[in-house]
Amino acid sequence: MQELKHLKETPSQTAGPYVHIGCVPNFCDIEGVYPNDLGDSMVNDKTKGERITVTGTVYDGTGTPLKDAMVEIWQADAEGLYPGKDPRDQADPNFTGWGRKAGDYDTGEWVFETIKPGAVPFKDGRMMAPHITFWVVARGINIGLQTRMFFPDEAGANAQDPLLTRIEHQNRVSTLIAEKTGDGAYRFDIRLQGEGETIFFDV
Amino acid sequence: MTNQSKEGAFYQRDRGWHPPAYTPPYKTSVTRSPTKALISVDSTLSEIAGPVFNQNMLGELDNDMIMNFAQPGEMAIGQRIIVYGKVMDENGKPVPNTLVEVWQANAGGRYRHKKEGYLAPLDPNFGGCGRCITDEDGNYRFRTIKPGAYPWPNGVNDWRPAHIHFSIFGSGFGQRLITQMYFEGDPLIWKCPIVGAIPSKEAVECLIAPLDMNNTIPMDSRAYKFDIVLRGRRQTLFENRMEGL
Ligand SMILES: [Fe+2]
Repeated sequence: MQELKHLKETPSQTAGPYVHIGCVPNFCDIEGVYPNDLGDSMVNDKTKGERITVTGTVYDGTGTPLKDAMVEIWQADAEGLYPGKDPRDQADPNFTGWGRKAGDYDTGEWVFETIKPGAVPFKDGRMMAPHITFWVVARGINIGLQTRMFFPDEAGANAQDPLLTRIEHQNRVSTLIAEKTGDGAYRFDIRLQGEGETIFFDV
Repeated sequence: MTNQSKEGAFYQRDRGWHPPAYTPPYKTSVTRSPTKALISVDSTLSEIAGPVFNQNMLGELDNDMIMNFAQPGEMAIGQRIIVYGKVMDENGKPVPNTLVEVWQANAGGRYRHKKEGYLAPLDPNFGGCGRCITDEDGNYRFRTIKPGAYPWPNGVNDWRPAHIHFSIFGSGFGQRLITQMYFEGDPLIWKCPIVGAIPSKEAVECLIAPLDMNNTIPMDSRAYKFDIVLRGRRQTLFENRMEGL
């Protein structure tokens, strides 16, 4: 039989406790190497769309906050276009779409200042509800965990979302819906294990 | 229509090849591992697209860890090495213009980090971070010193093999990967609970960089080669539509 020539993906390893050194060096007091930490700022004065903040903490299975996690988010602009190379059209040039934060050393909390994303189509043309993709790494996490945050004020779109509707355990869907804590302010805590364990995706 | 529009969903990740979430010999994984099954979904535009970084964001010394934190006229202490390789996907196709970030301990095995307590001293001329963007053929290269092995609190006498941490983006967010590179011939590799989280010896070997005497700089630096493979893509985004319709 002929051989398939596919390569195997490089195996993942944990980001470890010192992920800050490589990814957010200024945050961990390694100054003067890079001018700023990548992903620190996603918006500027000209960015279109509704300004929002997304605050959260990652918790382990005992309910203890992770103080060494790094969280990245990736989202569409206000029109639902992805910055960089969306095949459909050019996204807002004043929006990066990508953010990166380390949890606070004392509390584990992180805050993203961004805009509310527009809806993005699923492959069959149906619209996905507005969402933000999250990717979480930390010491003790052997392979990055991916999830999505949805908006509590988009109940109609969420009810039709192609991903949310295919989840068998509908009583877990609430783990993906952020909590509105104020005008344009959302909280999205991530629970790695145990009661209220966040839904993670293999996507 | 751009090239990207022809790039489709990613191949399903081989979860039996990667370390599982729950690996008790690596103790921290015990309470940080999800217990419910991951929800499997074919990649959507949210994973097919990904952030883009430009070469012009890089500083001149970003890929030179011997010099990028050093005082004027000084250099980091340690065995001088070059680490180079190619980033490609599972189809063997190079991944150009992608960001590669690295971090490591100094030659004595000490990290520059406030939560690090190992008694080995800091090197005042070594920061520990570097980055580069792959060229058109997927190649990257940086210069550093060989990191030392270090003890860590897991068992009472666990030591990490010498390693360099790598963070890679790829062309879509679904390819995002963090891993670690090890060095050929290090006996600690096979005793490490973090390495041991990887199920097969064959997969571990993918993380071990060989010494490459053909790429050393004589009388200056040795070289290690570390190729990186990211998830491959299916052919087209518009799979539901017949070609030409
Ligand atoms: Fe390390």
